[in-house]
Formats: sequence, C-alpha cells, structure tokens
Amino acid sequence: MKPKRKRLIFVTVGVAILGVAVGLMLYAFQGNITFFMSPSDIAADKAKPTGTIRLGGLVEKGSIERGPGALVTFKVTDLSHDIRVVYKGILPDLFREGQGVVTEGKLAPDGVFHASTVLAKHDAKYMPPEVEAALKKSGHWGDADQKKYGAEAGVAMDGQGAKP
Amino acid sequence: MIDEIGHFALVLALLVALVQASVPLYGAARDNAPLTAVARPAAIAQFALVALAFLSLVHAFVVSDFSVSIVAENSHSDMPLLYKIAGVWGNHEGSMVLWVLILTFFGAGVALFGGNLPPTLQARVLAVQAMIGAGFLAYILYASDPFIRIVAPPDGNGLNPLLQDPGLASHPPCLYLGYVGFSMAFSFAIAALIEGKVDAAWARWVRPWTLLAWCALTIGITMGSWWAYYTLGWGGFWFWDPVENASFMPWLAGTALLHSALVVEKRDALKSWTILLAIVTFSLSLIGTFLVRSGVLTSVHAFAVDPRRGVFILGLLTIAIGGSLALYAARAPRLAPSGLFAPVSREGALVFNNLLLAACAATVITGTLYPLFVDALGETKISVGPPFFNLTFTPLMVPLLIAVPIGPMLTWKRADLLGAVQRLWAAGVAALLAVLAGWYIHSRGPVFAVLALGLAAWLVVGAAVELAERLKLFRAPLSESWHRALHLPRSNFATALAHAGLGITLAGVVSTAIWRVERIQTLHPGDVVDLAGYAVRFEGVVPHPGPNFEGQRATLVVTRDGLPVAVMQPEKKHFPVANQDTAETSIHTTGFADLYAALGDPDPRGGWVVRLYYSPLAPFIWFGGAMMFAGGLVSLTDRRFRIGAPARQRARAAVEPRPATAGD
Repeated sequence: MKPKRKRLIFVTVGVAILGVAVGLMLYAFQGNITFFMSPSDIAADKAKPTGTIRLGGLVEKGSIERGPGALVTFKVTDLSHDIRVVYKGILPDLFREGQGVVTEGKLAPDGVFHASTVLAKHDAKYMPPEVEAALKKSGHWGDADQKKYGAEAGVAMDGQGAKP
Repeated sequence: MIDEIGHFALVLALLVALVQASVPLYGAARDNAPLTAVARPAAIAQFALVALAFLSLVHAFVVSDFSVSIVAENSHSDMPLLYKIAGVWGNHEGSMVLWVLILTFFGAGVALFGGNLPPTLQARVLAVQAMIGAGFLAYILYASDPFIRIVAPPDGNGLNPLLQDPGLASHPPCLYLGYVGFSMAFSFAIAALIEGKVDAAWARWVRPWTLLAWCALTIGITMGSWWAYYTLGWGGFWFWDPVENASFMPWLAGTALLHSALVVEKRDALKSWTILLAIVTFSLSLIGTFLVRSGVLTSVHAFAVDPRRGVFILGLLTIAIGGSLALYAARAPRLAPSGLFAPVSREGALVFNNLLLAACAATVITGTLYPLFVDALGETKISVGPPFFNLTFTPLMVPLLIAVPIGPMLTWKRADLLGAVQRLWAAGVAALLAVLAGWYIHSRGPVFAVLALGLAAWLVVGAAVELAERLKLFRAPLSESWHRALHLPRSNFATALAHAGLGITLAGVVSTAIWRVERIQTLHPGDVVDLAGYAVRFEGVVPHPGPNFEGQRATLVVTRDGLPVAVMQPEKKHFPVANQDTAETSIHTTGFADLYAALGDPDPRGGWVVRLYYSPLAPFIWFGGAMMFAGGLVSLTDRRFRIGAPARQRARAAVEPRPATAGD
C-alpha cells in the first residue's frame, strides 16, 4: 500500500469519527437541553412549556406539606408569582424554607409542577445564580434576606460539594 | 509572623521562577553551560520556597489562627485535626498554593533525578515548568492571596460539613497530582518543540511522568465518585456535573496521550500528534482547574464578582494555550517524518483509540462549555445534563471498547486482524455467554444494557486471553509458561490489568444504571419493605449525638429468607455551626451488590422517609477504577523505566533515569 493511500485511510477514518461525533452532538442538543424558568417566566409565557424545564426560586415559607407517603409539596416563588411543586422522594439536605431551590421536571396542564429532581446546588449561605437572576428580574432582589452569594461559596473544596 | 514568612516565601518563589524561566532558555540557546545550569538549583529552590509557604499556611490552620482570613472562613477550633489540615485546600486560595506546590515538586523531581537527560533538554523543561509556576504564583499574589489578615473573629465559620470526610480530604490532592502531573508532559513537549527533536528516548522520559499523573487522576476521580455515592444519599455515582467533567476531560486526553506516547517510544511514529496531545491534555487540566476554581461554572456572571481574578485567569489561559499552540504550529512541521505503518497494525489500533478518545473528550467539552457560552451570549439559561452525554459519549465509547482487546493482539507495523480476532475466540464466547445470562436473568432489561454486559465480559476475558497468549498458557508446558511469566515485561501485565479494570467498571456502571431497585417510603417502626428479595425491617430512629453535630440514627434489620443479613444504620446529622444537615448513608455490600439506605425527613405522624436501593454490581465501578490505577502503577515499575531510557548518544546509556516517583 502506498503511503499516500495509507494517509487517505487514516484521514477518512478520522473525519468519519469526527463527523459522527458532531452529528451526535447536534442531535443531542435538539432534545436534551433544559431551559431555566422562574415562576414569573411561566406566568408570562402563554404557551406553557411542555418539555422538561428547570424551575427555580425561593421555597415559600410555610408552604411545605408532607405526605401521603414520601410525597412532598411546596411552593416555589420569586416573590411576584409562585408555582406549586409536587415531588416524591427525599429532599436534599440543604432544602429549607425561604431558601433558594432549583427543581427539574414538567409542568402539568393544571399548573402544578411535577419535579423529578430537586437540586440544592449550594451550601447554606449560597444562592443559586439562576435564582438570583430570577429574583433580580422580578424586582424582589434584596427582599430575600440572603447574607452572601458569590463565586466561591458554591464551589467549596473542589466543588464536588456542590452536586445535587 | 509565620504567615508573613510564608507570604514572603511566595514572593521569593515568584522571583526565582522568573529567573528559572528565562536564564536557562538563553543559556541553552547560546550553548552557555553555566547559564544553562541555573535551572536545576533554581527548580529546587522554588520548590523549597513554595513548600515553606504551604507549611506556614498549614500551621495557620492547625493552630486556628483566625487572624488569617481564609482560616476564619474555612476552619473552626472544634474541628478534628485532619479536617483542619484538609481545610487548607478546601478553599480557593489555599488550593492554588497546593497546585503550585505540586507543580514545583515535579520540577524539583526533574532537577534531582533527571540526571541523564541531555542538559539543554533538562534546562528547557525546567524553564517551561517555571513559566507555568511564575504565572500561577503571580496569580496567587495578585488576585488570591492566602495570607490576607483580618481582625480575628472569636471563632471560624467551619469547613462545609459535606466535605468533612476522610475520602474527600484526600481527593483534591490526588486530582491536583493528576492535573499538575500533566504539566510535565507539557513542559517536555514544549522543550522538544524548542529543540526541534522528538525521538524514542524523549518518549521514554515523558511516559513515566504521564503515567504517574494518569494514575493520580484515575484514583482521584474514582474516589470522588465513591464519595458522591456514599455521602450524597442519591445512590448515584456520576452526574455529568461540570465539576466532574472538568476532571474527566483531562483524563480522556491523558489516556490518549499514554497510548500515543507508546507509539513514539516503540516505533518513532506519531510524534507530532503526541506533542499536540500533551499540549491539549495540560490545557484541559488548566481549563478544568479554572472552571472549578474561578466560579465560572456557577455562573458566568460570578466571574464579575472579582474581575481581577477572571481577567487574570483568562490571560493565563490564553498565553499558555495560545502560546503553546502557536509554537506547535510553527515547529511541528519540522519534526522528522514518522515511521511508517499499515492501517491494520498495533500503531493503527492506537491511532483508532486516540481518535475515539479525542472525539469523546470533544463531546464532554462541548456539553460542559455550551451552557456557559449561551449564558454569556444572552439571557437564556440552559443546562446540559446526563441525556446529552448518554447520547453522545456512549455511542463513541462502544467502538473503542470493542477495539480494546484487539489492539494488544495486533503486531507492530503490519498485522493480521482476522488472526487476532480468531485468537480472541474465548473472549467472544464469554461475551456471548454474558449476553445470554443477562438476558435470562433480566429478561425485561433493555437490549443495549445486556449487550453492554457482553462488552464488559469481552474486555475482561480479552485482557486475560491476551496475557495467556503471551505466556503460551495451556499450549506449552506449565513450566515454560511460568518461565515466560517471569520474563514478560511488567507493562504487559499492566495493560491486561487496566483493560480488565475498564471492563469491570463498565459492568458496574451498566447494571447499576439499569437494574437498580429503588424504594422510597415513609416507614413506621416495625414496617417491613421488600427489596429485591431482601426483607428490610425498620426498627425506629434514636438520637445519636457527635462532637460537632447532632445526629439521628435509624436502625434497619435486613434478612433474606428469614436469615439475618445485616443491620444498617443510616444517619442524619445537623451541624449547628454551619446550620447545615448532612445524611450519612449505610451501605451493606456483598461484593457483587450493594444494599444502600439513606434516612430522610420525619413526617408529622411519627414516620420517617427512607430511601433504599439494591444496586447489583455497584462495587465493581470502583473496583475497576482501582484496577486501572493498579495497572498504571505496575506499568511504572516496568523494567524499561527502572533500567533506563536509551540515551541519545551511546555514551550516556549507562546512566539511569530515576524519575522521583516511579517507585522502583
């Protein structure tokens, strides 16, 4: 086999693999990107989102109800609008009333959000950046008595602590 | 006082690094031996100074000197000594000092034990190493000074309770050893580009350092995933979280580098590609460090919290990555043309491995960085989660995994693919049996999962067959096989061990993901839950106080067919200082499956939410990781690293290269 032909084979295989990778990524980007929305975004959006979204805000004080079973319901608010969230399972250790939370799931037609995951991607003094942005947008930033939010609090150690 | 000495030592280290980065380069270019010789003492001095700074920081944490800002923020006088020390790297500033400490440690290693390197190559390697060091020391002094003093508060804020865990205390140093270890490959690559010479000897000098870094990164990732499994209470071990991806990207690239350096070493081919991989691997390490450390990940806007840091980081990355790639573009074409080989050959298989690993790394990079780009461009916030990676990463891994057992069976230069596959018939049969067994046991299981189990069997048995072929096991008399085993290079055992480990991990990942049984229930004392054939009886919860937390401990009695199996006691802890709760899971392992229990919240009627999992083959995930790590270590002890690289001139052949950490 001539060197030229060998090189052609390598280049072809390389390009093919690259092409497959790019194709897979483009395909995966179509259906697997999760958008973040605040309760106000959902209220403003006439066409209610049908796919999986992330809903973030503060856990409304006094809204947590437990049972039956491992079912938990609570309200997520950005202090302008709120949305009722239903979740089955154990809430993360950092889940608390009045604190920021991000939940992932689907909005049912009746306006109740069925969460499949509740993320507490922050430590006790930290506010998820999406929630911070949502509160700023709703004009209630500052009403939420958060002491500190910032770059580092969420990435303590090597950041492993910041996982769901 | 000690803190001021530490700070001063950092400043001195920066000055030494600047000298080390410039003078030896000039000396090597001008053939000026005295100037070239500056590199070695400078590297040792730089290490000593950074070590002094690090030790004074450790001292501040150990004596709880709360007048130092980061001690007050990350430590507490009540904490056990281990976590006080772990607190040193449990924050941004301290972790950067640890980073530079490891960097200079490697530099000092080359200075002390790289005696048989050509003097100009050694000087250039150390100069490049010092450039990285200078950049980071300047960053520490300018934008993240660990020794900033404050008016001492009565006590500190304490370390995040989630991080108060022995596994996690040692996890960051391991990861850093890996990240920073790749700097050696990078420095050697840049030095080779400056010299314009890459040959087998060069590859042999580079490989132990790359192997060491790869080992550290492998075990670091394994430990991190194990920690996530047993502390987070979700039973998951890998979340495709950007923080995890940050360590996974350099691992993928580093794995590719290990394999391509092999080709340079044995066949004097693929030089230019290997140099590029070395640059890319370290660049990914840098990006990984900064993604995690700068706060960019939580939000691009968090960058603005301390613009000095952000700008400095971007500047460093641009110079390091841009500069090295520019040098590569200018010099790589001048490298001597590579040795020739046919597409079907050991080299060809390694190229295939490299292409797929590079493509895998590219998908992980894209998935990790894409949300950042979108966020930086506009208002939309998106996240890219496991479905994306399952769809992109997994299909690319499949052909790679199929090829893993075949590669080592091929001969160098030109090989007989059919013959190699024929010799793997045992592995093929085993894979088929695994598929059938998986099908039989879990007939409801998805097809691809059963096939993936077959792939895992293919990897494990393939590795064994490869070894057996080399030993002529069962073909020659046992004494001959034994004789062969004694004389087989250890790197052959290392390959088999690491490749089998990959298969073991794959089996664990697949069966945990597909056949895990989950029960989330509110339990009252006396309730019994059926979990995959086990009966789990909930006995109740009692208070269980600890030194710096208040605990609640549940007792679960596990029986199977009436016979006692285990008593599990998951806990919930409340840390008053941090006002934070953590869950302590309880895991009973049989070696082939895990029973996993986590305690949730009480409900008003006296019940407790309990999360129970039965995870088949879960321990395999980490066992396989440990096997890959062990494979790397065995390879480090290979004869060719102990006895030494062939020096470029015959005259130097007598001297032994003793990489500081090769552990012979």
